[in-house]
Amino acid sequence: MSMDAVFKALADPTRRALLDALRARNGQTLSELSERPDMTRQAVTKHLAILEAANLVVSQKRGREKLHYLNPVPINDIAERWIDKFERGRLRALADLKRTLEREGR
Amino acid sequence: MSDRFVYVTYIRTTPETLWDHLTKPEFTRVYWHGVWADCEWKPGAPWRLVFADGRVADTGEVVEIERPRRLVLKWRNEFKPELKAEGYSRATFVLEPMGETVKLTVTHEIDRSGSKLIEAVSGGWPSILSSLKSLIETGKPLPSQKAA
Repeated sequence: MSMDAVFKALADPTRRALLDALRARNGQTLSELSERPDMTRQAVTKHLAILEAANLVVSQKRGREKLHYLNPVPINDIAERWIDKFERGRLRALADLKRTLEREGR
Repeated sequence: MSDRFVYVTYIRTTPETLWDHLTKPEFTRVYWHGVWADCEWKPGAPWRLVFADGRVADTGEVVEIERPRRLVLKWRNEFKPELKAEGYSRATFVLEPMGETVKLTVTHEIDRSGSKLIEAVSGGWPSILSSLKSLIETGKPLPSQKAA
């Protein structure tokens, strides 16, 4: 599983939106994921294939249904590749600070 | 309704080596915060997951075991009362050789929705699996997963 495939799969707003949809509710069918007004079923099918090839989405048969799950492991592999354990705490603190300030600024 | 997550990683190794890394304390301790499983690894055997400091994290039993292909565990949390109250979940490990690699699929599920247990365990697995992959492929676990 190449990191290139993961970066390419993530470099598209529609595919990131599909990952967000699975993060909000894991284990959705193609029909459920195609309920978005801005996307055809064919487009969702195509994007899911790219996400599956990058191992960011995993599908499993449950009875007659095929359910799609978000697989965060490749993203974690990338994060671990460049972030070491001493940086992790500082980065989390910075992310918290950014969230807090942006909430106050709204 | 049930809650479930499915995590997949591809590791350059053999199913036998990966199986040993999933079951033997001398390996799990290295890539997983010092955690190890106390289990005889046969059908029906009790299973306990033990923290580095000796506290029991989770308990259950071996439901199915077929080295080096498939392992199913009954799994209940033991250290947080609200998670323990949810009762038993099921963790399934499937190892499939794929060319030079082994595809490892970890599925964890419980027969209820809005499970806090599934939420809690799902957060831990990605970094454990990344560390396992790193240990097997490079000989080193990830720093974030070393036992304290």
